[in-house]
Amino acid sequence: MLAELREQLQAGSAEEYLCKLFEKIEKSKLNGFTTLARESAILEAREFDRSPGHGLLAGVPIAIKECISTKGIQTCCSSRILQGYIPPYNAHVVERLKAEGAIIMGKTNMDEFAMGSSTETSCFGPTKNPWDLRAVPGGSSGGSAAVVAGGEAPCALGSDTGGSVRCPASFCGIVGLKPTYGLVSRYGLVSYANSLEQIGPLTHTVEDTALLMQIMAGHDGRDTTSAKGKCDYLPIKEDAAGLKIGIPKEYFGEGVNKDVEKAVWDAIHTLESLGATWQEVSLPHTKHALAAYYVIAMSEASSNLARFDGLRYGLRVGEDKDWHTTFSEIRAKGFGPEVKRRILLGTYALSAGYYGRYYLKALKVRTLIKEDFLRAFKDVDLVAGPTMPIPAFKIGERINDPLSLYLADVFTVPINLAGVPAISVPCGFAGHLPVGLQLIGKHFDEATVLQAAQAFEAATPFHEKKPEVV
Amino acid sequence: MITRDDVEHIGWLASIKVEDNEKDEFVEQFNSILDYFHQLDEVDTEGVEPTYRVVDLANIFREDVACPSLSQEEALKNAPRCLNGYFKSPRIV
Repeated sequence: MLAELREQLQAGSAEEYLCKLFEKIEKSKLNGFTTLARESAILEAREFDRSPGHGLLAGVPIAIKECISTKGIQTCCSSRILQGYIPPYNAHVVERLKAEGAIIMGKTNMDEFAMGSSTETSCFGPTKNPWDLRAVPGGSSGGSAAVVAGGEAPCALGSDTGGSVRCPASFCGIVGLKPTYGLVSRYGLVSYANSLEQIGPLTHTVEDTALLMQIMAGHDGRDTTSAKGKCDYLPIKEDAAGLKIGIPKEYFGEGVNKDVEKAVWDAIHTLESLGATWQEVSLPHTKHALAAYYVIAMSEASSNLARFDGLRYGLRVGEDKDWHTTFSEIRAKGFGPEVKRRILLGTYALSAGYYGRYYLKALKVRTLIKEDFLRAFKDVDLVAGPTMPIPAFKIGERINDPLSLYLADVFTVPINLAGVPAISVPCGFAGHLPVGLQLIGKHFDEATVLQAAQAFEAATPFHEKKPEVV
Repeated sequence: MITRDDVEHIGWLASIKVEDNEKDEFVEQFNSILDYFHQLDEVDTEGVEPTYRVVDLANIFREDVACPSLSQEEALKNAPRCLNGYFKSPRIV
């Protein structure tokens, strides 16, 4: 789709296309965008119309999640504590996109500091699901997923710490990829849990995701966890024949919505009809992944978010008192309840006397979860299952019960703990709401993940379905 | 069991002032979340090494060469309080 759009823009007008999107966004009920970079985007589109470039995304608009730094455009992670912050530099991924001619059209809504699965904790208010305005779009990259699914942006970037790209992709019926840890530079991504997160694309098609990965992946010396090596994802080999797919028995059964389970099994049978084979595998530590994930994520968050003190950027309120009192009051006013909960619990998990019981224990369980995947990948090329155990839930339904929200991440967090890549592709509906199929690959084997996803997409109509409400 | 006093102490460690009216809710939520975390106790991790990072990269060095960075003006642009080209902090002593 993006390749065709690029061709159309070469022949037509990027400015006209962009203005149509902005008109649509003005009337939108989704609340997916937080800031529109109208002025700079239109100038860039005009420049493109005057002399069209030849980059891979020349003239193509893209929406960027609130937590990815964009020079000159507010980047506040949907938090009061960072409102008004305008980065003086671009994230690595933004540099790469711009170098290929992409036009940054604006920033998208998210759960505050990416801590959530529903995009309800934002200081800009909740984003709505284009398939049902009463439902959440998923999170934390809910704004990015909603604007793509709702036709307000042709593609977007999100970030995925425990499912934050794949969950909203699944809930909004689009494609979303969490790359292998280390594949995409995190330079300019505001850290939440740095040992878990990666930036990833949200698009209508698998090919579009591959195109964005082609642009974004690769070594960057400014991120010390950035891996070296060549990355080539296009053209995707469109053939599932001979692929061996593992079906983890722990990803089905209790707690999984029946319609979700059926859509995912239908998808597995579709892949089988395309020449893939499947066998049951076991990921025995799945049950403990959530607890390990939340201990690690909260601990890292308590450290990463210590930088928000109102000194160099962000909220500063009242008369200055002593150092500690001043910062404690700023942070109490600036952070929302879920962010406070995670910082406080993470601080507790790292504090004297509890480090071994919580943090160190969780890191050991993380090893076992990673080994589960490595063991499974001795026999199979990919692991497949549902992205989310449920379709999108109602806005307000779970927000007052943090634990019930955490439990929805059961199939996405193990992937971040293991650092492997995973994609969510639309595979059907539960009632009127989309369902996502999750395909998980070996470390740095995005090519096989994309290959299976592309073969599935080519054989099914789900990526062509559009929500009717917007 | 986490108590109201614990919440206040953790808040002090984390530099987040917890208001009195927030404490009861935090106590309840923290205890139910920690209770959930305690299922990690069931896992046998005898002899298992912790995973601090999933991709094995350590000691990433670069040449010690100066390169362009933000100007003073750019670095101070987002600071809510500045004085004479510095960030203005609250009193320390």
